[in-house]
Amino acid sequence: MNKNTLLPRQLIHLIAALFKDIFRQPAVLFWGIVFPILMSLGLGVAFTQKPDVFHTVAVIKNEEGRQAQATPRMDAFFAAQTAPCESSADQTPCFKLSLQEEQLGRTTFTFLKTDRAQAMVLLKRGRVSILLEEKEEVLKYQFDPLNPDSQLTYLKLVRLLNRGKPDSVDSIGHNDIQPLTVTGTRYIDFLVPGLMSMGIMMSCMWGLSYGMIEKRSKKLLRRMVATPMKKSYFLMALMIVRIAMNFIESGLLVLFAYLVFHIRIQGEILALIVFFVAGNIAFGGIAVFISARTANTEIGNGLINVVVMPMMVLSGVFFSYHNFPDWSIPYIQKLPLSLLADGIRSIFIEGAGFSQIAMPTLLLFAMGIGFFAAGLKIFKWH
Amino acid sequence: MEPIIKVKEVHKSFKNVQAVKGISLNVHAGQFTALLGPNGAGKTTLVEMIEGIQKPDQGEIFIMGKSWKGHADELHRLIGLSLQETHFIDKLTVRETLRLFAAFYDLGRKRVAEIIDLVGLAEKRDAYAVNLSGGQRQRLALGIALLNNPKILLLDEPTTGLDPNARREIWNILLQLKEHARTSLILTTHYMEEAEHLCDYVIIMHQGRILKEGTLEQLLNGDGAEKIIEFTLEKPNQAADLLGSRVPFPIQWEPDLGRGTLLVSHFETQIPSFFDFLKQKNVRLKNLECRRKTLDDVFTSMTGRRLDE
Ligand SMILES: Nc1ncnc2c1ncn2[C@@H]1O[C@H](COP(=O)(O)OP(=O)(O)O)[C@@H](O)[C@H]1O
Ligand SMILES: [Mg+2]
Repeated sequence: MNKNTLLPRQLIHLIAALFKDIFRQPAVLFWGIVFPILMSLGLGVAFTQKPDVFHTVAVIKNEEGRQAQATPRMDAFFAAQTAPCESSADQTPCFKLSLQEEQLGRTTFTFLKTDRAQAMVLLKRGRVSILLEEKEEVLKYQFDPLNPDSQLTYLKLVRLLNRGKPDSVDSIGHNDIQPLTVTGTRYIDFLVPGLMSMGIMMSCMWGLSYGMIEKRSKKLLRRMVATPMKKSYFLMALMIVRIAMNFIESGLLVLFAYLVFHIRIQGEILALIVFFVAGNIAFGGIAVFISARTANTEIGNGLINVVVMPMMVLSGVFFSYHNFPDWSIPYIQKLPLSLLADGIRSIFIEGAGFSQIAMPTLLLFAMGIGFFAAGLKIFKWH
Repeated sequence: MEPIIKVKEVHKSFKNVQAVKGISLNVHAGQFTALLGPNGAGKTTLVEMIEGIQKPDQGEIFIMGKSWKGHADELHRLIGLSLQETHFIDKLTVRETLRLFAAFYDLGRKRVAEIIDLVGLAEKRDAYAVNLSGGQRQRLALGIALLNNPKILLLDEPTTGLDPNARREIWNILLQLKEHARTSLILTTHYMEEAEHLCDYVIIMHQGRILKEGTLEQLLNGDGAEKIIEFTLEKPNQAADLLGSRVPFPIQWEPDLGRGTLLVSHFETQIPSFFDFLKQKNVRLKNLECRRKTLDDVFTSMTGRRLDE
């Protein structure tokens, strides 16, 4: 038989074998699929927002289709009490105010003057927790009433803006709260894409890396490469199986979030799928690289943690990374998990399509292929 | 005839151990060769170098005239092997495991079915690899080694840790192969019975070197004395009377065991004169055993150790 018909057969059999191995271990299925869903349920319901001393507020300066709207009350407040600051990303006007309070410690408010569309994006990304609109000198607050961080910001903000006024108690009554429960602006909308990204990373790093190291330590790899098996097929089969598992896992998570929290994917589904594959390739490549040499599961454990832990903290899975110092943001945004989480979020809740995520998609593919090639080069089969 | 496997002056060291210290050997087509030696003799390291799994630090290895460099794919198709220890994918059945490996050689279901029969795993064909007994696992490993009808079979301790029955089952499969196929075999073992029972040619290894090699005949009859008398005394302190240069029998005395050994060529003539000698010295025997010499005796006479120590 010729070589061309032989090669895919090896790959197909490898994929089938690895699939069977996974599906016949119920514990693996539980930790891979049920656990992330339970976690989203727990977090989504409990909303354990971290108590943050930073509050960022978007001040809406114009209404869609209308002339720039005057915000005299806020402008007077900015002039009197705040200092202008540099906005990290763009040229958005920005004002800062820090308060030192005996009981509460230091609280810093950052106000970003922006338009409504931009404000919504900031809200969805978790960068701001509340929107502030001034209409005829009346302030309107818009936020997710179920989000405790937004609530806290609201309360502190009201107190701040009415500070020193004799009618302060009364004036709170004039403030209009407009609950934002629109799909796409809630914490759960922020959380689910984060959990999806984290699931991909964890599943690749633990499922793939650990699986390979274990197979190496059991001398299974050594036995397999003493046959005419094509080595890269083995790694490809592992990755393909892992991507398929992640597909099922994420699909169930999204389905669950849809049924329970009515989450919608607002962007292009096809773009999401391509991006999802890119994310898997990226972490698959990293996993191959990490597990290229060691046969010791303890060392593997450590290596995986070194990769996974920083990203868990930095990449904004649960909370926006914009609370980190400004200088660090551009670096954090380049981390594969940040790329993945930001991209999935933009498709889910900002309605992004191919054009918006082209760059991160390419970056993730490139990372994956680069790490895979490097890993294959130094891979130890024995 | 050109040997099918040719190993020339091969060395291999690990951090602080010289595992193989300059070994040369030839294996001819159809020959069954045993690498016999105690644990740590360097058997695994040597066969794994022949298998292309490890690289020698020095020296050359040719298989059917080809070295591993540049011919790996070709040689993998000629060779069947089992490692000293292999785990398979836990939750794959015997049949699925064989089918996976068969796919690597582009072989189909038919060959898998033949192998299952050959190694006697028909009853276990749907059992998960992780649930097999030691002997069944070794037979599965052997089955995988035989899938591609290899010209060269390399088995690293195929029966270590098995009970006598399980061991005999594996021996029978190999004897069958010897009869019907023109396969060359290298087998490592520290069981002298295995080497004696299966192999035409035995290479005794010790501390990374070849101690002695030859056919069974050559190894056992090399010095003309292929039989052994072992005895113990009622009064072990009389042993001194039996030793010394003026004694007609070259008796070896092992004081720790309280046991004497005597190498002889003919029981019929030499036992009576040995008894006369004892009578003359007024020494009474407690026990006496006569047996043929084994490879273990050869090893012990050269190293002072036993194979299974
Ligand atoms: N990978 C390794 N690293 C370090 N030492 C090794 C390694 N493999 C074998 N050795 C050492 O080399 C010697 C020979 O080992 P081995 O070839 O396994 O012997 P055998 O198979 O005859 O028991 C032993 O002392 C063993 O400890
Ligand atoms: Mg060994």
